[in-house]
Amino acid sequence: MTTLPYVDGNMLDGPLGEVFAVDMSTATGRCAHCGATGPVAALRVYSHAPGLVARCPTCTEVMMRLVRAPERAFLDLRGTALLQLPMPQVPAGG
Amino acid sequence: MGIITPGFSGRPRSAAPELPPGQYLTPDFPVLSAGPTPKVPRDTWEFVITTETGAEHRWSWDEMMALPQQTPTVDIHCVTRWSKLGTSWQGVSLDTLFEDVDTAADYALAHCYGGYTTNLPLDDLLDGQAWLVHTFDGEELPAEHGGPARLLVPHLYFWKSAKWVRGIHLGHEDTPGFWETAGYHDYGDPWREQRYQGD
Repeated sequence: MTTLPYVDGNMLDGPLGEVFAVDMSTATGRCAHCGATGPVAALRVYSHAPGLVARCPTCTEVMMRLVRAPERAFLDLRGTALLQLPMPQVPAGG
Repeated sequence: MGIITPGFSGRPRSAAPELPPGQYLTPDFPVLSAGPTPKVPRDTWEFVITTETGAEHRWSWDEMMALPQQTPTVDIHCVTRWSKLGTSWQGVSLDTLFEDVDTAADYALAHCYGGYTTNLPLDDLLDGQAWLVHTFDGEELPAEHGGPARLLVPHLYFWKSAKWVRGIHLGHEDTPGFWETAGYHDYGDPWREQRYQGD
């Protein structure tokens, strides 16, 4: 075997759920490298590493890195140009 | 009560004094990777040291293999807490590769096939502390462990021993690498447990 298996972005639900107050399983992200847009759940996550490395399924560049230290988390999103997050509906008007 | 914790045994948690703090011993050699394993044919492989002035020192696979070879046996310590003792390698000392490199740089950034990077002070690559290795345990270094060739810098956490290394950029400024920009420590001394930024 020359390529490590990766898992899909659904595995990020728990780790990102520690960071974000919204449900990340239905979020979408735009790759800063190739522009492809798709669900976070479709990212390729390399988890046999010092942190979680989520790569674009289109160009395989890194979109997200999450390092969980005992009392801190580091989230690097420079490879993500835009995150679209599901939010509770706000009242109209105002 | 009735809960037994390791702390009540009267023995230190780690009975092995040769291990840095927070590490456990493993007989295995876990494979860690932040991405797909690059396939690097030896006939196109090259290793390039680029100085702060842009001067390049370049070795093909055959040229690297023709250099004096060393066989270090060293302990390695991964930041994910496993340690492996007495690992046997073969490769070229970085001292040999730097013999004809004229530089006043303080910092090195190792860069790799596949895009990985890691930064080290240049001093930590010299004086018998680092190697470019191509053989592990008497066998060709497997691709999943960084073959055809990887860095071996055993006195620092193993993420500094870059797999699939293709070159080193030298500079006057410290440029944090892949894990160093994502929360890990800039230097990574396992004996001082420098895992994360600020440790």
